[in-house]
Amino acid sequence: MFETVTQRRDDRLISSPTLRLCGAALTVLPEGAVWWEQEKMLVVADLHFEKGSSFAARGIALPPYDTRATLRRLQVLVTKLKPQRLIALGDSFHDRAAETRMDEADAAALIALTRVTDWIWITGNHDPVPPRRFGSAVHEELSVGPLIFRHEPQVAPATGEIAGHLHPVAAVRVRGRRLRRRCVMSDGTRAIMPAFGAYAGGLNVLDEAYHELMPRSGFHAWMMGAHTVVPVAAARLEGD
Amino acid sequence: MARGKLSAQKDLKAEKGTNVPETALPDTFNCWFAAKGWSPRAHQLALLDHARTARSSLLIAPTGAGKTLAGFLPSLVALSETPERAKRLHTLYISPLKALAVDVKRNLETPVSEMGLNIRVETRTGDTPQNRRMRQRRDPPDILMTTPEQLALLLSYPDAADFFGNLQCVVLDELHALVQSKRGDLLSLGLARLATLAPHMRRVGLSATVADPQVLARYLMPQSDGAENLADIVVAPPGATPEIKILVPLEPEHEEGEGPRIPWSGHSARHALPAIYDAIKAHKTVLVFVNTRSQAEFVFQELWKLNEDSLPIALHHGSLSAEQRRKVEAAMSANSLRGVVCTSTLDLGIDWGEVDLVICVGAPKGASRLAQRIGRANHRLDEPSRALLVPANRFEVLECEAARAAATEGAQDGQVNRAGALDVLAQHVLGRACSEPFMPDDLYAEVRAASPYRHLPRETFDRVVNFVSTGGYALKSYDRYARLRPMSAMTGDMRLRAASPQVVQQYRMNVGTIVEAAMVKVRMVKAGRRPRGNYGGRFLGEVEEYFIDQLTPGDTFLFAGHLLRFESMVETEAYCSRAEGGTPMIPSFYGGKFPLSTYLAERVRKILSHKAEWSALPDQVAAWLRMQEWRSVLPREGDLLVETFPRGDKFYLVCYPFEGRLAHQTLGMLLTRRMERAGARPMGFIASEYALAIWSLRDVGLMAERHELRLEDLYGEDMLGDDLDAWLAESSLLKRTFRDCAIISGLIERRYPGQEKTGRQVTFSSDLIYNVLREHEPDHILLQATMADAATGLLDVGRLGDMLKRVRNRITLKRLDRVSPLAVPVLLDIGKEAVGSDANEFLLGEAADDLIEEATRLV
Repeated sequence: MFETVTQRRDDRLISSPTLRLCGAALTVLPEGAVWWEQEKMLVVADLHFEKGSSFAARGIALPPYDTRATLRRLQVLVTKLKPQRLIALGDSFHDRAAETRMDEADAAALIALTRVTDWIWITGNHDPVPPRRFGSAVHEELSVGPLIFRHEPQVAPATGEIAGHLHPVAAVRVRGRRLRRRCVMSDGTRAIMPAFGAYAGGLNVLDEAYHELMPRSGFHAWMMGAHTVVPVAAARLEGD
Repeated sequence: MARGKLSAQKDLKAEKGTNVPETALPDTFNCWFAAKGWSPRAHQLALLDHARTARSSLLIAPTGAGKTLAGFLPSLVALSETPERAKRLHTLYISPLKALAVDVKRNLETPVSEMGLNIRVETRTGDTPQNRRMRQRRDPPDILMTTPEQLALLLSYPDAADFFGNLQCVVLDELHALVQSKRGDLLSLGLARLATLAPHMRRVGLSATVADPQVLARYLMPQSDGAENLADIVVAPPGATPEIKILVPLEPEHEEGEGPRIPWSGHSARHALPAIYDAIKAHKTVLVFVNTRSQAEFVFQELWKLNEDSLPIALHHGSLSAEQRRKVEAAMSANSLRGVVCTSTLDLGIDWGEVDLVICVGAPKGASRLAQRIGRANHRLDEPSRALLVPANRFEVLECEAARAAATEGAQDGQVNRAGALDVLAQHVLGRACSEPFMPDDLYAEVRAASPYRHLPRETFDRVVNFVSTGGYALKSYDRYARLRPMSAMTGDMRLRAASPQVVQQYRMNVGTIVEAAMVKVRMVKAGRRPRGNYGGRFLGEVEEYFIDQLTPGDTFLFAGHLLRFESMVETEAYCSRAEGGTPMIPSFYGGKFPLSTYLAERVRKILSHKAEWSALPDQVAAWLRMQEWRSVLPREGDLLVETFPRGDKFYLVCYPFEGRLAHQTLGMLLTRRMERAGARPMGFIASEYALAIWSLRDVGLMAERHELRLEDLYGEDMLGDDLDAWLAESSLLKRTFRDCAIISGLIERRYPGQEKTGRQVTFSSDLIYNVLREHEPDHILLQATMADAATGLLDVGRLGDMLKRVRNRITLKRLDRVSPLAVPVLLDIGKEAVGSDANEFLLGEAADDLIEEATRLV
């Protein structure tokens, strides 16, 4: 096995690249979120809180720490960026009973988070009615400037739409090696955000589910590295 | 999958003319032996004798010694003596291969029918139809042939106590192959359960020769605190000493550089193929064993290029379609093949036709493995088996020489005393709850009777039970979903049972310890056409998903004896077309899947350090070692040689532990961390079976001489503490091991083919679970099980630890001005290996480099 022990990272790659959508400059973060500097707004999609415990209810006792893991990553971002507003793009709770299964410490952490910023729950198919306990504003969709935020992407054209729901991942081959990562998918008119939740899986961007949403070869996948985000053209991508 | 008629007789027959009292057997049996012109062998009668006094036995016998008949004879005699009996299971036979179970059943039926015995023999494997399985539980045969997984299933039914209540004997075949694996752990727990259900049951273990029969003798018996309980060991006389030759190219008669040379490195053995072909031509049937599937494909392909006589030469390995394999097996039994290129799929048990020579291409890796393979050529005990070893490079010549010496002496690799795996225990606990309620105290006592679990602490056992019930997490949020519940807390009946029929269903769907790598079907289609819809061509076999992942459309590779071009993935199938000419892209497996055994490694080190042993080596190899002695130094036995030298713009450190590639890889990871800390600025490393090379920006040899660092510290045993932990925390290496443990333990369910592609299902990977668990509960029992697994397997930490201990204060540093002869092979390997997984981030950055411009244009 060959191992590169000393890696010199290219500085230009550490800064997160900017995705321009209808004139809005969106920073794609390697953590799997989008930062809109002008509005001081943080956008995350598909948190799927308590997905682990929903499996447990069906006899598969996955580690019950997914909510905690997701919250911690959110906390880090919120502390670093100090957003004025945070939009959770739907499917924030894995199911209607998620609230009742959530550990008290986790619930308290979530409540604390929703108090430090203007928090907005967009409703999703998993959480048509987000629990009232966590307060905040609930919207089916929300327009801010040229952009519209909703959970499920609409059939094209949907200029200015930022959506979630599909959990896009992209796979690319470099020097014979296959890399598969969560990604933001965008054709320059709209964007689909990756799932942020710790247990949220992914659906390859070449899947036919995306065909009605974006031109099959006219989009880029903004793939998440450990410290960088790399935009890769559709033609370079591979299916699963 | 038939054992030929001839070989069936071979296996069951007894020796002619051995003088043993015939009164030991009932008349029917004596007449049968006499009619065959045989008489029972001493070890067969010994087992009969043990059975009469209700003792358990371990029979150690070479191939062809009538092992199987020996195992069954006591049961046949007992059953023939009680014609009026209840319909209850009398004898259970367990084999590691279902094909072997089927085969042995067929062979056992011959004496049963020839003696007119009223005994019913049946098999039960994964292939047995559902209605027959139901019937078998209602109306059991006298003798049932099955596998460890089926035993676990049978034990999980509520009627298990009744089904096994009258069991008199359990026969475990090929025990040496079973015990040192998770399947062996599962079987040991099954045996412990059987001992509770049928306390009078005798055990018979059948095994090839092993270094330490005690391990097997203990495995067979229920253990208890204090006294060790061993089965009686019966050793059959060994067969004739095998004749083993090592194939080396003829010495060049003229000057250096002419004639075939033994390669410095590589594993293809390309130089030896004409000689292998000639050997096939000169024999009736030849088995050509290779270590990996890709090597099998390569050797097969190359032999056919040489095959001017159109000899029937076939290919056999685990990835071929069952149909294709069966065809080859049938042709072998019919003696219509001259050669079969095969992998370890033909290592075990089943004999095919009249093999008169076994060729092993590449290093044999272990003395026992070699003995097993050579045994495939054995048809008569009194005649020697014949084998030809074909080393692919110079180090392998040493390894072959060591293996030949071991085989001639009948020496075997040592057996590791294996501690039972906790994921397997979890599966067993759930199975027990499915069968009938249990008290944890009782189950703990029962589990500790199983030899691999005899030292299991109560605390660990309780954690496993908790894990089975609620996941066993520190965060107690799953109590309401517990899979195990007390019978009735109201009445104080605290025995645990499966909480629901779904739990039972889950257990039955996931039983077993074999976790298959995700496989992709390979289908042949017409070239150039992009296959659409469902019009696939011929099905060639299955290949691991990760292999196909490496391919880009247009890549060529060898599979099922064809040169194929990868066209595309269609659903779960890889469509490939026939490729014309060109060099195939073959996956570069390093050596074999099996690491060099500790025992052989020791012998190789001994050859290196004792010049007297070099006379047996081919001149080219001896000259290489003399050159090493002159240019550098040869490592003394028990010492570790470390060489350092400059090359290009870097400095190299090469050491020769001979502990196998896995242990060397782990050593490389840990040494580079320590070198980094010491300021040596390591750049990378490569590990082979024999050596480890690390390159760095500073000269470690010079640093050691100037006392800037101490080699003794660098190689300190403490690297297996914090450094190992720190590395594992960053590395993704354990994710695969974790997935296997999670499946076996029942945390996540097996995915069956087809199941995962239903609809637009989102892939949910065990990697996500691993990341979360590792971060939030690093001491969880499943991570503990994963680590234990990796320490013996993937990382080989145990062996590395032994090595570090051995070389403490015995490190020889040799500073050189250029590469030494011994270091050449490992340096030649640099650049052949794919980059490691931790370099992924780097690669992603590289993708950015070519693409960043395009991406900015989009913006």
